[in-house]
Amino acid sequence: MQKLLLLGDEAIAQGAIDAGISGIYAYPGTPSTEITEYVMNSKEAKSGNVKAAWGANEKTAMEAALGMSYTGKRAMVCMKHVGLNASADAFMNSSITGANGGIIILVADDPSMHSSQNEQDSRFYGKFAMIPILEPGNQQEAYDMVSYGYDLSEKYGTPVMLRVTTRLAHSRAGVVRKATRPQNEVKLPENPKQYILLPAIARRQYKQLLQKQIQFNEESEKSTFNKLMDHPDKKMGIIACGLGYNYLIENFENHVVSHPVLRIGQYPLPEKMIREFYNSCETILVIEEGAPIVEEMLRGFMNNGKLIKGRLDGTIPRDGELNPNIIAVALGLKDTKGLEIPSLVAARPPSLCSGCPHIYSYNALNEAMSSYTKGRVFADIGCYTLGAMPPFNAISSCVDMGASITMARGAADAGLVPAVAVIGDSTFTHSGMTGLLDAINGKSSITVMILDNETTGMTGGQDSAANGKIEAICLGLGVDKDHLKVINPIPKNHEENTAIVKAEINYQGVSVIIPRRECIQTATRRLREEKKKSANQTKEA
Amino acid sequence: MKKDIILAGVGGQGILSIAATIGTAALSAGLYLKQAEVHGMSQRGGDVQSNLRISDHEIASDLIPMGKADMIISVEPMESLRYLPMLSPDGWIITNTKPFININNYPDQDALMKEIEAQPHQIALNAEDIAKDLGSPKSANMVILGAACPFLGLSYEALQEAVRSIFARKGEEIITTNLNALKAGYEVATKKLQDQ
Repeated sequence: MQKLLLLGDEAIAQGAIDAGISGIYAYPGTPSTEITEYVMNSKEAKSGNVKAAWGANEKTAMEAALGMSYTGKRAMVCMKHVGLNASADAFMNSSITGANGGIIILVADDPSMHSSQNEQDSRFYGKFAMIPILEPGNQQEAYDMVSYGYDLSEKYGTPVMLRVTTRLAHSRAGVVRKATRPQNEVKLPENPKQYILLPAIARRQYKQLLQKQIQFNEESEKSTFNKLMDHPDKKMGIIACGLGYNYLIENFENHVVSHPVLRIGQYPLPEKMIREFYNSCETILVIEEGAPIVEEMLRGFMNNGKLIKGRLDGTIPRDGELNPNIIAVALGLKDTKGLEIPSLVAARPPSLCSGCPHIYSYNALNEAMSSYTKGRVFADIGCYTLGAMPPFNAISSCVDMGASITMARGAADAGLVPAVAVIGDSTFTHSGMTGLLDAINGKSSITVMILDNETTGMTGGQDSAANGKIEAICLGLGVDKDHLKVINPIPKNHEENTAIVKAEINYQGVSVIIPRRECIQTATRRLREEKKKSANQTKEA
Repeated sequence: MKKDIILAGVGGQGILSIAATIGTAALSAGLYLKQAEVHGMSQRGGDVQSNLRISDHEIASDLIPMGKADMIISVEPMESLRYLPMLSPDGWIITNTKPFININNYPDQDALMKEIEAQPHQIALNAEDIAKDLGSPKSANMVILGAACPFLGLSYEALQEAVRSIFARKGEEIITTNLNALKAGYEVATKKLQDQ
């Protein structure tokens, strides 16, 4: 079979194509973005008419996938961990409707917050919704678990969560492709009421979900992704989940661990396996990437059983991503480290690109705000969050997608004058529009800057749902057309732009300023491609 | 055979082209490979690194344990020092000496070079100048890769093949340019090793 060198994300995408998905929906978010991009660029997916689309946000993406599953076809929805918060309503209720065609919810967690505001562990959500969770330990498993997950989803009529973390999502390794499977035909649910969650029906569906828990557990007990590797030294048994297993075996010659190991890749936790393992060992070490979920379940509230080591007792740090050294220390092995970083090495934090339009938007905003004390600019999630850093020091908040407008509104209602929101174009259509409507209806006096770089920049330049629509949206929501201003954020417009921002800040009511200029990254890429195209055309001529 | 490699640079400098070339050569040699990359926020002009592991045995961790890396290949001098905690006592540093200055507090360049030269095993070369002399300033990364060749456990010929395959779509001219860059870097390194 064909062996490919793939990122974990790409392995999932190839797995989805080979498992016969008919559609994949997502909102870009590190570290999940590359999955949908891979399907978008795949010739096989194109020839099979596989729909690959960015949604306005994770909730719309999740619901589109649910709709496709309703028709009997296989669907995938991808998001980063905090995206699952945005789609939680749809997600939680999808476990009550169940699935018709297979549906996998792919969530990519970001322990250590490489590119996120928190490091929440999506396995909590999977447990919360009471659906099976698959957690691959390597790229091959990521590929294999997709097809397995769809079969599981269709066997029990349940959504399945596939949970990965940054390190696997963004690491490459060889992946062997397996047999491909044709897409499902349209076949609507046998029970016409399955998706109607009226209380009377929802109660019935919920009981069914509860009954399925026994079967989900049986599947976990016999799953090849949950594996016992026995060893005569029973002083300590190790439960290693997902990627944690790799860091464990890295510490042993030829990867042979001198303790019994229970490797976990499928949830709910296999109760019998866990119980037998616990009973057979004197102490337990739990290694899991993310929150100490398994550890907490083992300890229980009373914590009156055997000694259980992990993130809760400090054997492993409570927060942050795992690595081989952390596990070495947890095992009592010798830690290794090279030389210290010489003191002359300076920090090199990320910064806005040279020529980035946001630079000039912030320059104008900072000058317009210079007569006020700091603390009045509420920002959002995107490249422009880097406005928090020097030389700008322009913003006072970055909480969740869309929170700039709504927080500015609350602050304005509390009497903060002026209250300014800074939000990107894609973030605005993700979750900013409803907040703007609130401010207008509530007559809250805020100034909203929608930094329109015509793309989803931070994640690498995906199409923005807002493209060409922002003014119409704002006017439709009720923004006064005299207080809807479009400016061009270039250096020579600085005076003019500053004057416009100043005037709108002074306006009592909702005003919107749209600094609009293409992202410097996507512009450079576009020009390069155009140049190549025209060169090829000249050659052909 | 097992080589653990830290690739270092600044977001946008294209360390992944080096990774892709080594990866292609390693795969054709039938080796296992794992390569962890940085995507997302840090890519914007911040420090970036990639953990590249090649081995004739299966590889467990995507991350190289601290103090165990066989080499640091850096396209920027200050960045080559940032990963010293990762490097094994016998490990090598192969670094470009041309600084990429996008911060106000970039260290004094003479002091920086002294610090690099004080490292026990290092090959430092101005890949930009070498690439410019060859008439292809964009191929500096291939000069660095060439200089790393003696340490990779892969043959020079295997790297040449990989360069050909990576740049195949870009035409014969670009392939030749990059092969020349690879050769120039390789020659600098072998000469330095002989002198040492």
